[in-house]
Amino acid sequence: MTITDGSPAGQRESARPELCSGSEVIARSAIMAGCRFFAGYPMSPFTELLESFSKLMTGPGLVCVNAESEIEGANMVIGAAATGARAATGSCGQGIALMQEAIAESALNETPIVVFNMARGQQDYFQATRGGGWGDYRTITLAPKDVFEAGEHTQLLFHLADKYRAPVLLYGDHFIAHTEVSIRLEAREFGPLPAKDWVLDGTAGGTGRSRQIWTWNSGKVLSPGPGPDEHWRRIGAKFDAIAAAEQRWESAHEGADTMIVSFGTAAVFVERVVAELRAEGHPVGWFRPITLWPFPAAALERAVAGASRVLVFEVNAGQMVEDVRLALPDRSRIASIGGVSFDDSGLRYGTLMDVPEIRARVMAALDREKIA
Amino acid sequence: MTTTQDPGLPGARQVARARPNLLQTTEHHFCPGCGEPIAMRLILEVIDELGLAQRTIAVVGHGCYGGFVRQIDVDVLQCLHGRAPSCATGIKRMRPDSVVFTLQGDGDMVNEGLQEVLHTAARGERMTCVLLNNGVFGDTGGHLTAATVLGQRTKTSLSGREAAEHGYPIPVADLVASLRGTAYVARAAVHNGPAIVTAKRVLRRAFEHQLNGDGFTLVEILTMCPTGWFVSPSSGGTYSETTLADAYPLGELTVAPKAASGGHGAAAR
Amino acid sequence: MTAEPYRGTVTIASDRCKGCELCVAACPPRVLSMSDDVNEAGYRYPLLAPGCIGCSLCHAVCPDFVFDVYRFPLPAENKEPQ
Repeated sequence: MTITDGSPAGQRESARPELCSGSEVIARSAIMAGCRFFAGYPMSPFTELLESFSKLMTGPGLVCVNAESEIEGANMVIGAAATGARAATGSCGQGIALMQEAIAESALNETPIVVFNMARGQQDYFQATRGGGWGDYRTITLAPKDVFEAGEHTQLLFHLADKYRAPVLLYGDHFIAHTEVSIRLEAREFGPLPAKDWVLDGTAGGTGRSRQIWTWNSGKVLSPGPGPDEHWRRIGAKFDAIAAAEQRWESAHEGADTMIVSFGTAAVFVERVVAELRAEGHPVGWFRPITLWPFPAAALERAVAGASRVLVFEVNAGQMVEDVRLALPDRSRIASIGGVSFDDSGLRYGTLMDVPEIRARVMAALDREKIA
Repeated sequence: MTTTQDPGLPGARQVARARPNLLQTTEHHFCPGCGEPIAMRLILEVIDELGLAQRTIAVVGHGCYGGFVRQIDVDVLQCLHGRAPSCATGIKRMRPDSVVFTLQGDGDMVNEGLQEVLHTAARGERMTCVLLNNGVFGDTGGHLTAATVLGQRTKTSLSGREAAEHGYPIPVADLVASLRGTAYVARAAVHNGPAIVTAKRVLRRAFEHQLNGDGFTLVEILTMCPTGWFVSPSSGGTYSETTLADAYPLGELTVAPKAASGGHGAAAR
Repeated sequence: MTAEPYRGTVTIASDRCKGCELCVAACPPRVLSMSDDVNEAGYRYPLLAPGCIGCSLCHAVCPDFVFDVYRFPLPAENKEPQ
């Protein structure tokens, strides 16, 4: 695994292709996007991301804190974001579980935070998309399929967080964290953002116009806010608007008789299986949600309109399949062909994340009659 | 309706104003005899007198005092229960020139947020945490906290806190004072005039230590809660003086020395 | 330097008072006492008798921002403290 030293070169675009792990790509992409504060707590397979930030966040105004706990790290990030800084935290699903209150807080008090789940597998789909915090909130979740996308999504996430003043999540995994690729890092532009006229900097103190950030949004006596009823209604409407505007997906061979739906790393394997099967004449295609929330339901429905089978491959007991069922009026076509699969450490994908295994499950489904 | 003598006497000058400069309105819902508005007034006075209003960011937890912050005229982040020192860390690291203080009750700091304040103190974060300690969860109706003193009656210790059943109170100021990141710790009270004068002095010292960049500062202020204590408003001061201050002795605490022992060369503060 | 002797007075926003009586106990010359009347919230409130020394202790102990405190110089022919 390559971690550059803390010199400014590690904070800028690549002059030429470099060999970088996903952890390092994410950290460098975040810093290129202007992230100035990172706080995290070590846990495999997220630890190398924390190490990367720790090594790279050097120089004026850049801070990386090895927080004493996930909860403390997440709340530090809320504080940093409240001052207007781009700020991020992360963990694997077990640590993200501890941050649920903070993520909900960020959604309801509208402090933009970026959260990296370098997950141990695909079992955190519900956690990411349903959330375990309180209140009417959603979490924009991007699921990259490889290191290259992880870098692009990282930059996009900081933009989306600021655009909507909401928490956003990158759903990565140990493959992405630990795989090294030859990559040229480039800063991306995403367009103008509204001014951060809500940040806390102290300057309005004593003027009667001091600011208050709170989930209740009651404001100050001299500058009242809308109050919890109107505020939470508006937040609900905001997430409805995000749902309409920010769906992302990718698919191939739409209209094939059998479509396979998968996300993240699993989609790379499914793509390979589809290529093999198509070369043998099987009418198969694939659909990959890139945003797990908002789930691209309408796009999925269009992509599978001509399919008699919709196979859902995910390495868990069946989570994304529920969103597939919600998206498709004709659920009789849907079958889960994934499952739980871990190695002996319990930290990494097991034997199911493999082309022959996935191919066998697809073939078994093709060999059956149309599912009644 | 006010009763007054005519204040327009020749040569009269005002020596104390009812409404502090940094208070947007004097209306509030605190119980008769509550010590929290007094403590919060002192903080506002200190910030005003030190000229810090336009650099100050407050981080406020959850308790009765939470309802007061809509009327304090400084920037405020109201955060999750117990997490104020962590949020304040993020704020101070991103805006090191700001003056950051937290406002937390004993339920907030000593229950939910004990690890936050200890870790933040150990790191030496340059902020001032203010603990409003009345030994009770007032906002939820008067329940046992980790700071409730032995013998104190609450709705979850109706016959008084007993060590055998409820354990012992945690003197968080002593814990914080033992950490080498801590620059200043004081315990004060607002149960009578002299105590209030001293409270304001130690608050000022704590903020001065923050301005100096000396490290973490904590001021614990014992506040009256007659409602939570089942006493009359006029008896709250006495209860604080005899019961709470007995368990939490007032004064400036000795903090752990900064210089490393054994001559590692670390400069003494 | 000899400080100029002074007397004091306070204005009392009795509509804000919640009748806690902490000021009565705090006043050194004991010139505050609670009214028989109640304000609109139903609380008795302090009344000021002569003899205030403008020490501001009532202001210090009051949770409800009731007191403004003033000092004024004694007349030249009456500089004896009360």
